[in-house]
Amino acid sequence: MKTACTHKARQPLAFFALTAVLSLLLSACGGAQPQGTAPSPSSEGSATGRAITVLAAASLTEAFNQIGKEFEAKNPGSKVTFSFGSSATLATQIVQGAPADVFASASPATMKVVTDAAAANAPKDFVSNTLEIAVPKGNPHKISGLKDFGDESRRIALCAPQVPCGAAAVKVFAEAKIVPKPDTLEQDVKAALQKVAFDEVDAALVYKTDVIAAGDQVDGMEFPEAQKAINVYPIATLKDSKNPALAQAFMDYVLSPEGQSVLTKAGFAQS
Amino acid sequence: MPSPDSEPAHVGAKPATQRAAATRATERPWQGRIPLLLAVPAAVALLFLLLPLAGLVIRAPWTEARTVLAGAGALQALKLSLITATVSVIIVLLVGVPLAWILARPNLRAASLLRALITIPLVLPPVVGGVALFTVLGRTGLIGRPLYRLTGFAFPFTPYAVILAQVFVALPFLVLSVEGALRASDRRYEEAASTLGARPVTIIRRITLPLIGPGIAAGAVLAWARALGEFGATITFAGNFPGTTRTMPLEVYLALETDPGSALLLSVLLLGVSVAVLALLRERWVSRW
Repeated sequence: MKTACTHKARQPLAFFALTAVLSLLLSACGGAQPQGTAPSPSSEGSATGRAITVLAAASLTEAFNQIGKEFEAKNPGSKVTFSFGSSATLATQIVQGAPADVFASASPATMKVVTDAAAANAPKDFVSNTLEIAVPKGNPHKISGLKDFGDESRRIALCAPQVPCGAAAVKVFAEAKIVPKPDTLEQDVKAALQKVAFDEVDAALVYKTDVIAAGDQVDGMEFPEAQKAINVYPIATLKDSKNPALAQAFMDYVLSPEGQSVLTKAGFAQS
Repeated sequence: MPSPDSEPAHVGAKPATQRAAATRATERPWQGRIPLLLAVPAAVALLFLLLPLAGLVIRAPWTEARTVLAGAGALQALKLSLITATVSVIIVLLVGVPLAWILARPNLRAASLLRALITIPLVLPPVVGGVALFTVLGRTGLIGRPLYRLTGFAFPFTPYAVILAQVFVALPFLVLSVEGALRASDRRYEEAASTLGARPVTIIRRITLPLIGPGIAAGAVLAWARALGEFGATITFAGNFPGTTRTMPLEVYLALETDPGSALLLSVLLLGVSVAVLALLRERWVSRW
């Protein structure tokens, strides 16, 4: 850089342009190897060695944020950063080398993607979740049960069969011998719930925990066939963890009575 | 024939030659060797754009191409994408060009405020754009609620919602591009026509539109491309159902959930088709200007 500076000193503008390009190039190189560097959250504060990143299914958002706070309080100096999303997306990210320490998935199938790629240690089931009918507050469209999902004139949101909540819905409808007539197949359960909260659909099939998390925006309705499609959530520490001890401690905390009590309050059932 | 570099003599020059000269002048500021100072960043920019595309093409599992691309889902989504994007661009042209024309009027006071407002969809995360559309055109929206009460029709989950979402995000591209062309065009031709007694509509049709043709074409191409790739506002406002609202980007996103390989193939298909359409258009129309 020194030589470039003296060489180009007569053309200050040119020099700046060149420096800008070079620094862009350099930062691009740095960004290209996320595995080699610690995840950015860990660079906060002094707790470099005491930070973990947890990738978790979107339905765990509220419960895990709470668990994370409790865990940090119990382990002074530790820092837990969460990234919530569709389990399948998170699984892909892990297999592609995303820097993370723990993976909590909404289905055994998405966990299998990670274990098959030898990216995770032995998983453990930690909670289960059942489907519920979500309707806009006060049930303005008078949904009475699962059979309304087969009514063409109704506006219905379901999860796409490719994602866990949609796979569970397929099972439920097969069990109830109902052919659903959805108007939209949402990418994830939060998107389906959002359509209910906006009163754009009459009803959606979502997890019980999502109904609770949505608070007073939506009402939930249980139905008997839900018991046939209970979704089990596995959790595992990841092989690439920079901090396996803390990752294991977090997983243990999720499985502990304290962690389980937070999850139960959020609507999950013990697995 | 005035040389491109000298101050051209406007009087007597036909608009077409005038413009051609101007285009040549902006396209080639210098003849000869490209300075290294420009070549290096230009190469970086080009590589930055092309390498990810090359990655897509290389990583796509071509052996599965037959089954994935022949699948009903892919073609259905592609068809829906092409139709909605094209309809969207027609709507964008019909309302966007007049808006740009008003925006480019030299004596418009609120122009800069209007321009800032028009760029909002560019800055807004598309998902938020979808929510914004809900608040106006959804079943419980400002306009959507009375519409639903009266007719039982609601936009969400219909192809019309896909088009609305695409128009919302694509409109600014056309308006800004056409407005730029209008500002750069020589207004004296319009003034001359006006003093010769031409009516305003005639002036727009015979003078203004031909003058800004390339700007409209460029804006339309940008808008079409943006509409074709539109994802966030669509998945929020229109939903995601095969055949009615699942456009190609939504199909790709869903495929990523289960089969990343087929998602790559679908992306390459979308890219290929859009590049082919643009190349064809260029051949047929754009080159005429």
